[in-house]
Amino acid sequence: MLRYIARRLLLTVPLLIGISLISFLVIHAAPGGPVEMATDLNPKVTAEARERLRAYYGLDQPVHVQYAQWLGRMATLDFGQSFSRDGRQVSEKIGERIPVTLSINVLSMLLIFLVAVPLGIYSAVRKDSWFDRISTVAVFTGFAVPTFWLALLLMILFGVKLGWLPISGLVSLEYDSLGPAAKVWDRTSHLLLPVFVSAFGGLAGFSRYMRSNMLEVIRQDYIATARAKGLPERKVVFRHAMRNALLPFITILGLSVPGLLGGSVIFESIFAIPGLGQLFYQGVMSRDYPLIMGALVIGAFLTLIGNMLADVGYALADPRIRTE
Amino acid sequence: MKIARMAAVALVLALVAGCSKEKADPGGAGAPGAPAYGDAIVDGSIGDVSGFLTAVTSDSASHGAANYVFNGLVRYDKDLKLEGELAESWEVTPDGKRITFHLRKGVRWHDGEPFTSDDVLFTYRRLIDPNTPTAYAEDFRQVTRASNPDPHTFVVEYGKPFAPALASWGMHILPKHLLEKYPDISRSPLNKKPVGTGPFRFVEWKTGEKTVFEANPDYFEGRPYLSRVVTRVIPDPATMFLELKSGGIDMMGLTPLQYTRQTETEEFRTSFNKYRYLSFGYTYLGFRLSHPFFSDKRVRQAFAHAINKKDIIDGVLFGFGQEATGPYKPGTWVHNPDVRRYPFDPEKARALLAESGWTDADGDGVLEKGGRTFAFTVLTNAGNESRAKTAAILQQNLAAVGVRMEIRTLEWAAFINEFVDKRKFDAVILGWSITQDPDQYDIWSSQKTGPKELNFVGFRNAEVDRLLEEGRRTFDMEGRKKAYFRIQEILAEEQPYVFLYYPDALPVVHKRIHGVEPAPAGISYNFIKWYVPEAQQRYTTFQK
Repeated sequence: MLRYIARRLLLTVPLLIGISLISFLVIHAAPGGPVEMATDLNPKVTAEARERLRAYYGLDQPVHVQYAQWLGRMATLDFGQSFSRDGRQVSEKIGERIPVTLSINVLSMLLIFLVAVPLGIYSAVRKDSWFDRISTVAVFTGFAVPTFWLALLLMILFGVKLGWLPISGLVSLEYDSLGPAAKVWDRTSHLLLPVFVSAFGGLAGFSRYMRSNMLEVIRQDYIATARAKGLPERKVVFRHAMRNALLPFITILGLSVPGLLGGSVIFESIFAIPGLGQLFYQGVMSRDYPLIMGALVIGAFLTLIGNMLADVGYALADPRIRTE
Repeated sequence: MKIARMAAVALVLALVAGCSKEKADPGGAGAPGAPAYGDAIVDGSIGDVSGFLTAVTSDSASHGAANYVFNGLVRYDKDLKLEGELAESWEVTPDGKRITFHLRKGVRWHDGEPFTSDDVLFTYRRLIDPNTPTAYAEDFRQVTRASNPDPHTFVVEYGKPFAPALASWGMHILPKHLLEKYPDISRSPLNKKPVGTGPFRFVEWKTGEKTVFEANPDYFEGRPYLSRVVTRVIPDPATMFLELKSGGIDMMGLTPLQYTRQTETEEFRTSFNKYRYLSFGYTYLGFRLSHPFFSDKRVRQAFAHAINKKDIIDGVLFGFGQEATGPYKPGTWVHNPDVRRYPFDPEKARALLAESGWTDADGDGVLEKGGRTFAFTVLTNAGNESRAKTAAILQQNLAAVGVRMEIRTLEWAAFINEFVDKRKFDAVILGWSITQDPDQYDIWSSQKTGPKELNFVGFRNAEVDRLLEEGRRTFDMEGRKKAYFRIQEILAEEQPYVFLYYPDALPVVHKRIHGVEPAPAGISYNFIKWYVPEAQQRYTTFQK
């Protein structure tokens, strides 16, 4: 097992280099560079000033030299300095946004699991019942509704009409002067809408997945055996069927690892949440090459690691896989 | 939209005016109480700050924020005339080559150090230093000699008289004692935690979330009434509007749709004052003048007659704008109101086109000349709704006179770099911001038609070239006015652009905030005099 993990880890290195090379070429091929994006059509900026800025960022070098330099820095885990005028380290810029994005994604993931698993089980056990049908319609509605539209409707209802919840942002302006309990509520109230909206769209996939897994498992012989033994239905469903139906979720979990750090631009913009999605989007729009590369490499790395964890986790949990 | 960036330097905080205040609340609750210190104003911004040193930033969010903290030697007053800020007064020698600034005495940086001419000289040196990644060095590289004979005098000399130079000293002056040990000012801590001489002191910057400033009690023009200024980053305009309605922010710029249809409620009127005035910008249809169709002046004039500008303003801007006649804003000293106008007249347009040889010989509704049909493509940038709508109206207007126009929208960077810069276009719909200084050498001079330069339509006119030079050499306002009036006459006659419209700016400010007095320069020129009467103050947890 350890050898297997070590081999998988080693394999990620050439993969990462390949991914980064392609990304590097693609973003450099996009029209306009960081200097142009900031100075195009500005009469105060002369061609000379533009050239100086290009040299300042090292953009006057050929692309392969720039890539070599970038790769050299990456070898020491240095993501470099952002091309944005704050001139901050890319690692710092990404790092400060991770807690926000991660916490919202983890919370919404938890919410999805807490709702989708029982929903899926119940729908499977009571297949074709009214509950099954209504929940099917409900989760697919959630899947189909555009996030921004739902978000705006909820903001109008809870923010403007009822005034119960704040509309956007992470904390109130008065946050620093609040007591500890009020601080907790302040943060929670800001998170309610974003977490709900992001979870609502994800319910369909997970609950349907759970339902079909469950249906699959319930047909198996060992379930019939369990029932034949005279076990109560509750035990059959939760002890025998559910545990097996949950197995494929390990794969889904592994595949969700990169998603935990990937923010959605639309969603974050609507709620004015300073997360990774917005950062990456702004990076692309201003052609902030080091920032884009940093975000892409982290994303690629997490995807590879996530895949590996899923495979390993699955092998650990399911003896049938291990022996093969 | 993006072009609006170009004017950021001269135009900062131009929430400008000329302006009619909506009469929403006659007497009643909004009656002004006595000015009082305290409270905060919360502003919304689509973009986050990228740094506080204006020399090295180029976005309007950064420049707006820096304006609270820093001052220049000069600034534009409420009537758009230059006045002293950190400079008490200045003299220009008769030959226009030497400017002497007399600096204000007793001004202190926010950290208590005195402000002197050393700081000005230091700022100048850093602006022309190749280590400084600034895009704005050009105006300062014209200086042949800069000196500070005493702590309150600063002298600059130029090789030739250069009138826009005076306005260039509106550039924010930086503190030498805090910056001299950093060879690259953009990487100094000051770019993140600014220390200036301005009306507000920096409190905090939470990236992607907000910036906070507090009143500077020692400001040389007196302590601002408002104790705090908070700018929240809200990237989505729809969310920003909901925040405004729910009390999360106190001011923003409305769209014409919001102004007319979504804010006409009793509830909104009791909480907000809406303002309306011409913004500093215009939208135009620009021709590639070397194109065989458009090299003939009569064709361009025919277009001007064929286009119904009023329809565009009503349809695109809900009436919130004015027909444009040239590149300067009506109501400012440099605007010439008596240039040739082109009333909407399709008949006359057809006649002019016929005069230049375009006729519909085969009767298919589209004009031909020498075997070519009059069909071309207009380009504009994607994501700008008003430009796309304008294009649709133009298409109809032109079809009515027998011209077929296709519309193509392109992503901004591709549009500029692949089409405009490479001159691969027939015509474009774009906009310019209007800077306070009338110098437009870069846009109209025949010297500026090279790659990446801004006279991309390829306008060449010897008289305009001469007048542009003259406008740069003349410090006297009357003299400059004469040159620019003539330029506007020529542009109106030649129609290298069909000038379409000047849109209105439509800001809204919460009613508890008093002292907002629109003027030609906008509403923010007297920001430090805005106040909230004691009884109406909302954010009271801050120290006054």
